[in-house]
Amino acid sequence: MTTHKEIEMLTRREALMGTVFAAAAVAVIPSLPAMASAKDVAGLPREKITLVAPPFVHPHDQVAKGGPKVVEFTMKIEEKPMIIDADGTQLNAMTYNGSIPGPLMVVHEGDYLELTLINPETNTLAHNIDFHASTGALGGGGLTMVNPGEQTTLRFKATRAGTFVYHCAPGGPMIPWHVVSGMSGAVMVLPRDGLKNDKGEPIHYDRIYYVGENDFYIPRDEQGNFKKYESAGDGYEDVVKVMRGLIPTHVVFNGAAGSLTGDKAMKAKVGETVLIVHSQANRDTRPHLIGGHGDFVWEQGKFANPPAKDLETWFIRGGSAGAALYTFLQPGIYAYVNHNLIEAVELGATAHFTVDGEWDDDLMTQVDAPRAIVGL
Amino acid sequence: MPLNPLVILGSLAAAAMVSVGAASLSGLLANPSGNTIPIAETVILAPGSFMHPRPGEFLKDGHPVAAPLIPADIRNPVEIMKYQVSAQEYERCVEAAACEPVDKPGHGDQPVTGVSHIDAEAYAAWYSHATGQSWRLPSDQEWAYAAAERFTADIEGGKSDPANPAVRWLAEYRTESALDRKPDPTPRTRGSFGVNSKGVADTAGNVWEWTSTCYVHAVVARDGTSVESAIDNCGVSVVEGFHRTYMSNFIRDGKSGGCAVGTPPDNLGFRLVRDQPSFARSVMRRLGIS
Repeated sequence: MTTHKEIEMLTRREALMGTVFAAAAVAVIPSLPAMASAKDVAGLPREKITLVAPPFVHPHDQVAKGGPKVVEFTMKIEEKPMIIDADGTQLNAMTYNGSIPGPLMVVHEGDYLELTLINPETNTLAHNIDFHASTGALGGGGLTMVNPGEQTTLRFKATRAGTFVYHCAPGGPMIPWHVVSGMSGAVMVLPRDGLKNDKGEPIHYDRIYYVGENDFYIPRDEQGNFKKYESAGDGYEDVVKVMRGLIPTHVVFNGAAGSLTGDKAMKAKVGETVLIVHSQANRDTRPHLIGGHGDFVWEQGKFANPPAKDLETWFIRGGSAGAALYTFLQPGIYAYVNHNLIEAVELGATAHFTVDGEWDDDLMTQVDAPRAIVGL
Repeated sequence: MPLNPLVILGSLAAAAMVSVGAASLSGLLANPSGNTIPIAETVILAPGSFMHPRPGEFLKDGHPVAAPLIPADIRNPVEIMKYQVSAQEYERCVEAAACEPVDKPGHGDQPVTGVSHIDAEAYAAWYSHATGQSWRLPSDQEWAYAAAERFTADIEGGKSDPANPAVRWLAEYRTESALDRKPDPTPRTRGSFGVNSKGVADTAGNVWEWTSTCYVHAVVARDGTSVESAIDNCGVSVVEGFHRTYMSNFIRDGKSGGCAVGTPPDNLGFRLVRDQPSFARSVMRRLGIS
């Protein structure tokens, strides 16, 4: 059995040398690509964005104003214990910017997304970032490996419109482990002229929420209780055993069971149009809005494809992010779930919307409240 | 035909009394040398009356309304366990093969948790048998009386609009959210949540308690308090604690929240009430039959 020390050494060594995977990637790309392009980019306007924690999204234009620009983001990686359910079960989390999922970054097609990734000295592991929205270098993973105490800046051109996952991919067995420890988020690349319906007509949203779904694999002791580890490295061996069983102990939205319910429930009003971006970096899922629909859904999340209409449940492939647009028509409490209902109810994948407004009797009426059976 | 809930509840309670009585008689016969089972510490509540928000779901003029507040008269003293049944006490029932073991045994003087209504009933039957006394789950009304100032009942938002059912749903949801009660799943030593004005310990702590009262759909009469008709479902029982809830009798862990809106109980446990020996039994005892 590998001891805590050995794991630490292993991770330290990885931190120092990089893994074979990452090292290979670096070898393939001898230097930063084309200086000419960098020169062109130098003339572009720049915009600095302050990220906000999900389910909220930083302010942004739905239709781009002006030409392409460089949009700057900064994320600090935080390794820290996080509580993921009402029982106080602890995940030795690895996070982008302190939240699970990491924040949603919004740019427009043709913009350059420039991320400064900081791995503070207080962390113990090497991390990087693989942007599914980007092209080359393992999604940027090959150019962004940072040891504790380092930072790096990556710029990529947003050439495809859509919602895309980003995640940590520091090589070999570190990849799934970092991802199921919380290191994923999403990027939304909007078409410059905004979203369009199936007929190509412009559509907009009044509110946007970003729901990141995670599958966690927490080891149990002999009594069946979830185990607690001092550091991520301490738990590594046990966690991998649970991961290899492919049955998560938790499937949650926004990092913990119940993190989008009660006073943290998402809000909307009757008549408002809401865009829900849903990502899952590792495992398939099937969002469903109980009592509502998806008016326009980009299941695969790519806006060059016309949205599907009137969906009841949509499928988000593991390793992708999708988007669903819905105009609320009726007030009340809506549950937004992963419609594998075992995962929703027993494992945690339930969120709520509270929606205020006038009830529409035409859409639904309780004709006769429950009462004793008559006429049988 | 509309059923009168009071009649139903009354007849059920009577049936329960009969069976408990029978069990305790046979217990005495089987165990004539006296019992070795310690008798739980109890509190005797003097008769009195109080305003009781009835459990269940209520309709008035076809629309859901808050549970009617009815004056409840407790005519006889109620003798109720001061503490919830402990893990150690429950374990004796398991050892006697009369109770199902719990999934995660607690420590000695912590309340037993992870027990269903069925488990609680089994314990009451065994405990009555083993002690030669009549023990049963409290009714919701008795529990409310014992909980006194700590009694909450159903969470109500205080708002409703017959034209818009969502007004009530949203108000309840927000009221519950505003309570801001954090999950508190680890059972504590009995007494940790203190004693209320009636000397009863740990009501409204982090262990919710089963009652003998059935879940009911009722129609409130014009006067706003009396019940016109009701259909009960005794497969679901009223559970009391920090707030009132309703659980299927076979549920041992009430925590799974899911789409059901509302904060689930941290734990499920119970305490019992002791019925005074009936006149018939006193006579039998005097005649040396028991």
